[in-house]
Amino acid sequence: MTERKPQDFWPPLAAGVGLGLALMGMFLFTGHGLGASGFFSRLLAWLSASVAPDWTQMNSDLGNYLGASHPMNSWISWEIAGVAIGALLGSLIARRFLFKIERGPRTGVGSRIGFAVAGGTLSGFGASLAGGCTSGLGLSGGAVLAVAAFVFLMAFFAAGLLVATLTGRIWQ
Amino acid sequence: MNFPLENSGNLIVLAAGVLFGFFIESAGLNSPRKLTAQFALRDWTVFRVMFVAIVVAAIGLWLFDVAGWLRFDALKIPTMFFWAMALGGAMLGAGMAIGGYCPGTSVVGLFSGRFDALFFMLGMVIGMMVFAVFYDSLQPLYQTGKGPESQTLAGLTGWPSWLFLLILAGLAGGGFRLGAWFESRRGGTISAKELAGSGK
Repeated sequence: MTERKPQDFWPPLAAGVGLGLALMGMFLFTGHGLGASGFFSRLLAWLSASVAPDWTQMNSDLGNYLGASHPMNSWISWEIAGVAIGALLGSLIARRFLFKIERGPRTGVGSRIGFAVAGGTLSGFGASLAGGCTSGLGLSGGAVLAVAAFVFLMAFFAAGLLVATLTGRIWQ
Repeated sequence: MNFPLENSGNLIVLAAGVLFGFFIESAGLNSPRKLTAQFALRDWTVFRVMFVAIVVAAIGLWLFDVAGWLRFDALKIPTMFFWAMALGGAMLGAGMAIGGYCPGTSVVGLFSGRFDALFFMLGMVIGMMVFAVFYDSLQPLYQTGKGPESQTLAGLTGWPSWLFLLILAGLAGGGFRLGAWFESRRGGTISAKELAGSGK
């Protein structure tokens, strides 16, 4: 019997060095770092514009994202397409790709989906408010030693630790 | 050499994205159980990978700058909006503790087979829509505590950048040790095999 076991993860140091060099390369070529939430802002603006074009155009937040008209006209969409390819390749090669709804041992599928939507809603609002996310502000801002990045990262970890004292049982 | 080349060409950005996704997956940071185990202080992979990546990229960019190959002021350096970033950062931390991802890791999660990531993304779009609807009334909050344009730690304090690189490297080293101490007491890091065996 040849059961194909998943390869174990890379040591965090090696993955961190690789990610750091990719981030540095991105800055050297483009002048900006890596991001993620900006893609979802553009996706929302595009969806909203196809349903309610006038309202979207008038909205002082979403209107900002309509310049490129289609999400694929923005660099961040190409980056996210790359992230998807990298995730797919990496997980397939290491035999870690697995269709599932990942959840803690004591959490049902229904509650997991509810928590995912709720946590996502908080994250979406938070990323819009902060003007970036863990990658765009935390990682990329950190790499250029921006004050903003360290304010963001301290708040991120402090709130995560605090909320996890209540929500830890969802996962462990 | 005259970096940055200011070339956000599709293929360059796509390639950087592939590496981004690959390294996040290789560390296991596409798994909500592993991501949230950071906040339970059981598995310090999030801290380790993020901190090492920041230190490596920051030292690399500093070396290019010192060598005279980089126009550092041409890089995109975010301007601080204190309350927007502190509150937004806190919401992203809470969102990860509840929903299991942040925006970037949810993409990596989905493309390694995790359907729960799709629901997190749906939530994100809802949250961003709520923000857009209340955008105008949130403006006063947003503008409170605005810092100087593109301020760095060196700009804030007047200390040299290399000192902050040393401090960050020291903090990373300290975090590695502290993490190992907690990991040995709280069940240890979550392995790929452990994830493959549950939560299907």
